[in-house]
Amino acid sequence: MAKSIQRFANPARFMALSGAVLPWAAAATALTLSIGLYLALIASPPDYQQGETVRMMYVHVPSAWLASAGYASMALACAVGLIWRHPLAFASAKAMAPLGAAFTFLALVTGALWGKPMWGAYWVWDARLTSVLVLFFIYLGYIALWEVIEDFGRAARATSVFCLAGAVNLPVIRFSVDWWNTLHQPASVARLDGPAIHSSILTPLLVMALGFTLLFVVLTLVRTRTEIMERRAASLEMQQAQAGMIVGAHNG
Amino acid sequence: MRAFWALVARDIKLAGRLGGGPFVGLGFFIIVVTMVPFGVGADLPLLSRIGPGVLWVAVLLATLLSLDRLFQADFEDGSLDLFLMSPLPVEMQVLAKCLAHWITNTVPLIIAMPAVAFLVNLETGIMLPLIVSLLVGTPSLSLIGALGAALTVGVRRGGLVLSLIVLPLYVPALIFGAAAGTGDLMGTPMLFLGAFSLASLALAPFAAAAALRISVS
Repeated sequence: MAKSIQRFANPARFMALSGAVLPWAAAATALTLSIGLYLALIASPPDYQQGETVRMMYVHVPSAWLASAGYASMALACAVGLIWRHPLAFASAKAMAPLGAAFTFLALVTGALWGKPMWGAYWVWDARLTSVLVLFFIYLGYIALWEVIEDFGRAARATSVFCLAGAVNLPVIRFSVDWWNTLHQPASVARLDGPAIHSSILTPLLVMALGFTLLFVVLTLVRTRTEIMERRAASLEMQQAQAGMIVGAHNG
Repeated sequence: MRAFWALVARDIKLAGRLGGGPFVGLGFFIIVVTMVPFGVGADLPLLSRIGPGVLWVAVLLATLLSLDRLFQADFEDGSLDLFLMSPLPVEMQVLAKCLAHWITNTVPLIIAMPAVAFLVNLETGIMLPLIVSLLVGTPSLSLIGALGAALTVGVRRGGLVLSLIVLPLYVPALIFGAAAGTGDLMGTPMLFLGAFSLASLALAPFAAAAALRISVS
């Protein structure tokens, strides 16, 4: 296991492999998303209670899924990076953070827009909404920490420690917010505890979730490749500057 | 253990002699609590209802204010490098720092609590659970804060990022603390609060020590 990770963690091998996979993955994403959008927006029936607003779900639920799955994969990459000291794992964690934050933001916004017709208010302090909001703040903290520490190696390891601390604390936050919410639950909020989801809604939902996940993977690959190329460019520039200095010293 | 207590004593002494000592944090805490009635109006029943929550939030902010100095001064004058090379485990050093921080920053707030509580018209019956909840819960603020301070040591404008990364992690402490501050002494929220403090006591020193080694390397 460790050995196979080592093999893929070679940046040159990663660049070659991801470059070959990327066009196909992007095509699969586009295909899945267009099928999913057709099923979700046109082919699926409106809900008998919620009407057309139920279609919000096909964007909201996949975003919320990626908000947490994105953080989980980020934490995994951070742990791999800390244990095996692989810059590639750190680079992929860094690449995933803004994507996860964006999907978390999408989940919050679509949740608020969906909440208006369903709950009568854009924002209610629902337990799920609240813990997703805290998750969003943790994403922001992770990104901000990357921004302020200049040295790549130091920033990579410091952000990873924070990411793992967040991963340990997130279940506790989730639990405390659930508990807090039952304590303060306003009576006016109607819950959406409907019957089990019918397959006419479940199929487009699953296709959309698959499409969103593929999109996340493709964008992560692209951003990781960019990160590697940027680092390579920076080190080339550094070499050039050093060579220039040596030449300059010889001439002067 | 002698080194541990020496470090605690040193940090307490330093905190007492540096720019106003504990009174800056205390003053900040009192001003924050004073600002609340200006914001929500001088409605005494309302104030006594939101009082425990307000006091908890104010304690949290006052703690946050002092966190960025936890390792920064030692980092700047180079003593942190020497600490990291000393035989006392870094985890224990973090623990000593947290203990000193808690004694110099949080304990004064808790001592002042009976006086400050008048500002928000706190019912006298709630005073005891509130103070116990602070005694039980605030150590976790210093401990988790030490992780944030260790991550941002030596970083320009580290204080801002520090609050961004630490505050979300404080959510459980605030939720259980504010609830325990209004409930009975051995109620569920108080037990959860104690569990949260103990868990951060067990985990945070290791994470903060790892972060310190990364930041200073």
